[in-house]
Amino acid sequence: MSPVVKLSNVHKYFGALKVLEGVSFEVERGGVAAVIGQSGSGKSTALRCINALETIQDGTIEVCGHAVGDPKLDRRALRQDVGIVFQSYNLFPHLTVEQNIMLAPTCVKSIGKSEARDLARDVLAQVGLSEKAQQYPEQLSGGQQQRVAIARSLAMQPKLMLFDEVTSALDPQLTGEVLKVMEDLARGGMTMILVTHEMAFARKVASQVIYMHKGQVWETGPGSMLDAPKTPELANFVGSGL
Amino acid sequence: MTYTFDFSALLPYWPDFLWGAVLTLQLSAVATVAGFIVGTLCAIGRADGSPVVKAIVAAYVEVIRNTPLLVQVFIIYFGIATLGIRVSANLAAMIALTVNVGAYTCEIVRAGLQSIHRSQVEAAECLGLSKPQIYWHVIVRPAIERVYPSLTSQYVLLMLASSITSQISAEELTAVANRIQSGTFRAFETYIVVGLIYLVLSFVMRGAFTAFAQAAFTRRRKLGTTL
Ligand SMILES: Nc1ncnc2c1ncn2[C@@H]1O[C@H](COP(=O)(O)OP(=O)(O)OP(=O)(O)O)[C@@H](O)[C@H]1O
Ligand SMILES: [Mg+2]
Repeated sequence: MSPVVKLSNVHKYFGALKVLEGVSFEVERGGVAAVIGQSGSGKSTALRCINALETIQDGTIEVCGHAVGDPKLDRRALRQDVGIVFQSYNLFPHLTVEQNIMLAPTCVKSIGKSEARDLARDVLAQVGLSEKAQQYPEQLSGGQQQRVAIARSLAMQPKLMLFDEVTSALDPQLTGEVLKVMEDLARGGMTMILVTHEMAFARKVASQVIYMHKGQVWETGPGSMLDAPKTPELANFVGSGL
Repeated sequence: MTYTFDFSALLPYWPDFLWGAVLTLQLSAVATVAGFIVGTLCAIGRADGSPVVKAIVAAYVEVIRNTPLLVQVFIIYFGIATLGIRVSANLAAMIALTVNVGAYTCEIVRAGLQSIHRSQVEAAECLGLSKPQIYWHVIVRPAIERVYPSLTSQYVLLMLASSITSQISAEELTAVANRIQSGTFRAFETYIVVGLIYLVLSFVMRGAFTAFAQAAFTRRRKLGTTL
């Protein structure tokens, strides 16, 4: 079976700044890849390239059968297969929780209002926020908003979920409730790539850890590699981080 | 110098005053709706159009904002006639007011569009929404909500400024007043009455705008935040 995500020798520049220098990795169906690394090492950029939010200068990215680097890429089709959740939630403030979730299914998949509402109910139950359907984002805590953002992505029934430091803006308790949702998702077989600073979570949930350094995949392996780093850079990163 | 007010001479004309008020409201309503559409499209064009579109919109806005309304009304009225198209003074007035308020709307809405954070658009793109869908659901609606008070003021101003179209003898409140005062020789009283009617119309318009906001902006209503 071909992998859900496959990056081969990906190069990305912002002007003269080299951000990704030959990044390659793949994630199998149901796999959970945790991307770790220092600030500025290119983690977010790699994630954004997978979702065609950034264009790449060299190499290939294949996601759920879409050739992402191809100029003829159908971005909207790609994005129906890929969900992404950002650190800053990015909920639509003028819409209720339920409307936030229903928007894409009704607009993009043209499903009816009542069916979309059922869908919203299901995904809200999944993230444990059934009672918040009629609230507005500003009435929720950060952790709740982040769970709604996850639910909003799930409502599109993606084949792959990307998470970019989704707990970095949250205090430990709220972080816990969001991580719990992500752990449930991983258990349910969702293919995921998550950029995270939560080493304990990476160790526990990830089937694969990708340590990025200076725009390259410096070291990769199972969660246990964090306990026995091969490179001094990772040893240093793990040692200083926790 | 003493002046004896005599409003009774105007009494027989109350249906004319009323009719003039209705005409002014009509003219303003049409120009408001049309100007809003023109202005919003221009704002989107200026934010997201090709360089040519951006330049055209910028030129339009600058020309309109830096010339007198009365001159614009004349140019449009006589310009259309020169093209050999016969339009009534009322239609010419509607077009001129639309063109005028469209430019001001463009600037106001543009400020609103700019206030929508890039991350909102990105989130919508990532959900697979098309560009028009993103504009409608994620950009324009919240943007309008934010600049709504400015738009309200602009359209009330437009209603007041529509009195200028009496100069091309469009039928509206001021034109009606001009006729009444020349028939009654009670100019002072006539314009006092007309002034009061404009005042009432302003309140009516603001009321209508508030009612619309209540219906359209559900979040404000539910959370009790005022516009
Ligand atoms: N849009 C952009 N334009 C120019 N440079 C950018 C842009 N986005 C990111 N960069 C640069 O690319 C490099 C990698 O950024 P990226 O956001 O991928 O890092 P990161 O690993 O996610 O870091 P962090 O842990 O701080 O989120 C940084 O040097 C950053 O300044
Ligand atoms: Mg980042």
